[in-house]
Amino acid sequence: MFSVTLSLLPAGIINGLMFGAIYALVALGLTLIYGVLHIINFAHGAMLMLALYSAYFLFKILNIDPYISILIVTPASYVFGYTIYRWGIGRLSGGRDQNILLITLGLSIILENSALFFFTGDQQTISLPYSYESFDLGFLYLSYPKLISFVASLVICVLLWMLMTLTDLGKAIRAVAKERDGARLVGIDVEHVFAVTFGIGVACLGAAGCMLLPIFYVDPYTGNMFVIIAFTIVVLGGMGSIVGALLGGFIIGVTESVGGLLLGESLGQIGISLIFILILIFKPTGIFGSKV
Amino acid sequence: MIKIHELHAGYDLVNVLRDVNIEVGEGEIVAVLGSNGVGKTTLNNTLSGLIKPTSGEIYFENVLISSRDPVEIVDMGLIHVPEGRKLFPNLSVKENLELGSYRRGKPNRAKNLERVLEIFPKLRDRISQTAGTLSGGEQQMVAIGRGLMSEPRILLLDEPSLGLSPLLVEQMFNLIKQINEGGLSVILVEQNVIQSLSIADRAYVISEGTVSLSGRADELRENSDLKKSYLGL
Ligand SMILES: Nc1ncnc2c1ncn2[C@@H]1O[C@H](COP(=O)(O)OP(=O)(O)O)[C@@H](O)[C@H]1O
Ligand SMILES: [Mg+2]
Repeated sequence: MFSVTLSLLPAGIINGLMFGAIYALVALGLTLIYGVLHIINFAHGAMLMLALYSAYFLFKILNIDPYISILIVTPASYVFGYTIYRWGIGRLSGGRDQNILLITLGLSIILENSALFFFTGDQQTISLPYSYESFDLGFLYLSYPKLISFVASLVICVLLWMLMTLTDLGKAIRAVAKERDGARLVGIDVEHVFAVTFGIGVACLGAAGCMLLPIFYVDPYTGNMFVIIAFTIVVLGGMGSIVGALLGGFIIGVTESVGGLLLGESLGQIGISLIFILILIFKPTGIFGSKV
Repeated sequence: MIKIHELHAGYDLVNVLRDVNIEVGEGEIVAVLGSNGVGKTTLNNTLSGLIKPTSGEIYFENVLISSRDPVEIVDMGLIHVPEGRKLFPNLSVKENLELGSYRRGKPNRAKNLERVLEIFPKLRDRISQTAGTLSGGEQQMVAIGRGLMSEPRILLLDEPSLGLSPLLVEQMFNLIKQINEGGLSVILVEQNVIQSLSIADRAYVISEGTVSLSGRADELRENSDLKKSYLGL
């Protein structure tokens, strides 16, 4: 029996990497918003849920493939995030962090209950014609949805990394993370940059939502499950670190998948909690400290 | 070039500046002197738009700027190099300098970067080091360099000599003079009275939130009140 499990190990690892890439995207949004605005977005899960429903209805009503929807939902999420920060969260909070926390918490309650009201609490799933087609790696079959998610997540991480290091906007985002007055004095519109950052964080959720839909389900609370995992990833990778989020996503994905293989589906999650506790005890700043 | 007229400013509960009148002409170095806590930094923050005056006006080349925000003021070319430098500690020296031209001087970024590195050759070796790990003197160089990257029309320096060793202070003042000789107007805010007066054209002395003394630098150097209160002579 044990040898059977061992032979499944490579498949478990690959599977974990695939899921980990999506986790990484959710964590990326969380860590970016935390690193720059120094707030935890409590509406992160609700916004992911909104992205999942967007992809769901685009598929059900307009028959748009969720992987194509990435190109619609991601920019739409950016606009949603930008707007809600610039003219909602930023304004209402008067720039005070504790107010921002309360507002995002309130927002999550509103979004979840609106979803419950309009979409009911039922779990919705979709099935794509190619859901069960797969790519033969020799030792395992890799389903196309997972493969696409993996590649798309990596592409998004690389793009984001390039934005942050190669463009003036990215440098401005990193600058306001640490020195707001200094940023104002070189002419950076700090409120705009905050809103852009929030927008990018929500855009990551937009992409993640589209990729999750074909391999998961959506109901008004789905988002929260992923955010709890994303928190672990952010703590593991280091608050505010992009590379940390990516690496943390993979580590958590593999831990969950291999843990599930060895201990069974429900016990597999123990590994995640274990990592979370160990990190908090031995390296509370995470693998990559607090670099943005 | 700059005209500050009956300016009052402060923070939520405290009035700091009252009835301040200052003028700066094209190409001048104007020193604004005063001991700790008299309101020099408050004046600078009001000039660059970080805080709004409670009353009075500030004109920059005859345009009213006292109601504008920092972004617009940077756009016009009034560049504030703040007390405490306020560099981006997590960014490299190069990135800090590049962000100096975030809004102004972007087309000439490469050329200006080269110029700044000629003025501060020491920064060349530090170019990819993060600014937070530099020494105080190096940080001040980056702060001034970042200001120069935006092709300022007037540079507002808040205590550039603060925290530097005596030798570096000397160099810093020479450098400010040198930058000014290239045609740039400078408002030099300092506690360091002797050295400031030696490079300035004119000066204003601030005490208790208002201008208590003003005039040509060479005359102020001989002023007995100033000698008494600042030099202990
Ligand atoms: N952010 C602030 N809030 C309230 N009071 C302030 C603030 N900054 C400075 N002050 C007060 O304003 C006065 C002038 O300060 P400042 O302009 O920094 O003086 P200086 O630069 O001449 O040393 C001081 O009494 C200081 O305590
Ligand atoms: Mg000061």
